[in-house]
This record gives sequence, structure tokens and C-alpha cells, in this order.
Amino acid sequence: MKTMKMLAIPAAILALAGCATSPSQEELRANAIAMMKVSFKESGQAKLDRIDQDDMQRLCSQFVGDKVMPKEVSEKLEKAQQALIKYPADGKMVGDWKQGERIAQSGVGKQFTDDPKTPAGGNCYACHQLTQAELSYGTIGPSLYHFAKLRGYGEQIQRYAWGKVYNSQAFSACSSMPRFGHSQILTEEQIRHVVALLMSPDSPVNK
Amino acid sequence: MDLRRKALRKQWGRAARTAVAMAALAATGALAQQKSAIEEIEKYRAALGDGNPAELWEARGDAIWKEKRGPKKASLEQCDLGLGPGVVRGAYTVLPRYFADTGKVEDLESRLVSCMVMLQGFTPEQAKKDPFGGPGKKVPMDALVAFITSESRGLPMKVAGTHPKEVEAYDLGKQIFYHRGGPYDFSCATCHGVNNQRIRLQDLPNLENPRDAKKAYTSWPAYRVSQGEVRSFQWRLYDCFRQQRFPELEFASPASVALTMYLAKNANGGIFDAPAIKR
Repeated sequence: MKTMKMLAIPAAILALAGCATSPSQEELRANAIAMMKVSFKESGQAKLDRIDQDDMQRLCSQFVGDKVMPKEVSEKLEKAQQALIKYPADGKMVGDWKQGERIAQSGVGKQFTDDPKTPAGGNCYACHQLTQAELSYGTIGPSLYHFAKLRGYGEQIQRYAWGKVYNSQAFSACSSMPRFGHSQILTEEQIRHVVALLMSPDSPVNK
Repeated sequence: MDLRRKALRKQWGRAARTAVAMAALAATGALAQQKSAIEEIEKYRAALGDGNPAELWEARGDAIWKEKRGPKKASLEQCDLGLGPGVVRGAYTVLPRYFADTGKVEDLESRLVSCMVMLQGFTPEQAKKDPFGGPGKKVPMDALVAFITSESRGLPMKVAGTHPKEVEAYDLGKQIFYHRGGPYDFSCATCHGVNNQRIRLQDLPNLENPRDAKKAYTSWPAYRVSQGEVRSFQWRLYDCFRQQRFPELEFASPASVALTMYLAKNANGGIFDAPAIKR
């Protein structure tokens, strides 16, 4: 049984991470997950499967504190996440920055106290500076003020902004930022508006 | 009592005026310097620190501790919180710890549940039924927590964490702290693993950093001005997980106790200074 489990772990990670995946560590992780499963109860839209982890969540929970993720592992993770990004079929990536600003202000969404029928926000200001007018911004992420003014307004940057909002893990493994498109927090339409907030020359982000 | 209430009201008046000043400042929008906004918020926080309505919870908790309740019509005065039956002074600084009578590691809240069951004859379901107060609902648990923690004010945290079950709880708590999950991919460490970060304007303690870990843990429970309630450490974890987009953390559950063990032991040496007052 143990051998089977070991075989299932990608060889590269096994070889590089050594003690991080030693049986005792694996056992501890399994016990912690089992403990969480009996300590939470489903509530509203938040079901118990939210405790389960995908590959990205599992890997990024392991390489923490002093344990640095090997470059090979992070590159592999970013590649796998890049493959999950869906770009808009019609190629239109820039919507209305005013709606984008409202989405950036709203922290509603996916909590067990939230009505699942209410559209989620992006809560961008919780972590990022965006405009000069909004003083109440967080510092978990970098400042995005002058996002396109600094990087350019071209299609390549639009595509980067879309991808970053859709799946941040594709560009920076174990980023703190939610995968707004991949995890179906924001709709394609909403992402278009957020991208406009970053990319539109009229947006206060670029003023 | 009257004098204290008057003094409190005076302080609230001052806090409210500062809040109005803050709002006016916010209204000037882009003209306002961000630095002065932060200074105003600091002033607001300082004004709040002068008086603490948590004292009302503490007094109520003292009375509930001595009150004969439950099917056995007994008080909690013989409850062993870790330093022997009936010893309240300093008890919070050694929790969570292993208790031989239940065979479990317990934090303050889960220990109170055990005592309500063993001494007063409540069922575990009855003892855990109303863990947190809300609008128009004052619950015994919040008051007991406020009273007992207030009896550790000024004392250093000294969680042992040496019994094999305590070691196990600590290690599991650490795993839970770093567990990324849910639709937002958040773990506790997402917000509490880096120095000097804020969410909006709220400073976030880095709980991996001993200085922040001590300062944060020793400031709970706290009277939350925005909610008008004293909030226990169990509530703090419950509401963190809600914002983490996890399911609902069950009161006094094994994961809640393990995580508390991890955070409390990391705060060892910190001087306990709660119930505190927060925004």
C-alpha cells in the first residue's frame, strides 16, 4: 500500500524533496486532513470537499516556512496551471473599467454566509493598490497603480493581465492570489471588466 | 458601576468623534495623504484603548462561574482548568493542555464544555449549543471566557506542549495552519505568514514571527467595537476560516484545539493582555 502511494508521487518531487515526503510527514498530513474532515461541517455553499486539495494546493502546503520549493517543481506547476487558462473565444479581453472598479471593491463571494446567487467580487483592493483615489488598500500583493502605463497597452499585456487574473499560479507558483477564472469565482464577463480596470487608458489605474 | 459607565460613555464619545474625523478625511478622497489617514486610524485605536466594555462580560462570567446550573445544580468552581480544581488565576497561560480525565488536549472553551458535562450534568450538545453571542443574545460561554482569561492578565504564556498528545496536537495544528484549500486557495499562512502586511488598512500579524505571534495571541479574546461583542479565540478561528472560504469550523472541535495549541505555544513568553478591545 505504502509502495503504491510512493509510486504515485512524481519522481522529480520525490528525489528533490526527500524528507518532505517521508512516510511520517505523509502520515501527519493525512492525519491533519482526517482531523479537519471531522472538525468542519458543511454550511450554505461551503461543502466539506473544500478541504480536499488539488495538486497546486497540496504542493504549496508542503513547501512552507524554511522549505523552499525547488525550481523544477515550481516550473512544472506553473506549466500545468498555464494549460488550464481559458482565453475568451472572441478574443475580446477588455471590458468596462467602471464595472471593473466595482468588482475590485467587492469582497463578497464563496463564504458560507454569502448568497451563492449574488455575483462574487474580486476584492482586489484587499491586497493591491490600484487607483490614487482609494486609500484603503492592502499590501499583500504589489501595487498595480499605473499597471498599463508602465507596461504598455498592447495585446500582449492584455493577454498577460487576463491570464494573471484567470490563474495566478501559472505565472508565480504558490502565489497568494486566488485563481479567479479557474476556480469560477469571477465570470468571463467580470474578468473582462477587471482587465479593463488595469488596461484601459481611461481607467483611474492609469491616470 | 455608574461612574464606570459614565467614563465609558465619555470615551465612546471621543472614539466616535475620531471616527467622524476619519470619515471626513476619507471624503476628501485623493487630496488626503495616506500617511495622515493611517495616523488618524492610530488615534482612533488609541481612543478605544482607554476603556473596555469587556469588563461587563468579565463580571457576568465571574457570577456564572459561581452559579449553580445544569441538571446537577452545581457551580463550575471545582472545574480543573489545568492548575488544579478551582484555580482560575493564570490558568489561561497553560492552555491548551492534556487532561487525564477526558484523555484529550483541551483549550479553554473545550475544557469548559467538559466541566459543564462532568460537574453540571449538561450533555455535550447542550454545553456547546450557544458558543458565540450575537445581537440581542448574550451567552454564558463568552462571559466565562472573558472572566477566566482576565484572570491571566499580566502573566507570561507558558504552554507546556510536552505530553505526547500535546506534541501531536501541535504538529497537527501546524499542518492545518499551512493547509491551502477551498475555492480561493487560502491557508492561514496566506494572510499570516509575512511581516508588515495589511488587508485593506488592517495590519496582519505574521504568526510565524515570534514577536507578532506573541502580540496577536495575547490580545484575544477581545471586545469587538464593530460587533458589540466579546469574541473568544474559538470565534477568531471560526471567522478566519469563514473568510478563508472553508466550511464552518465546529466549536471546540479537534482541529480548532490543535490549531490553538500551535498558536498558543508559539506565543510562549508573551505577556497575556486580554480581554482586549479591537475595531
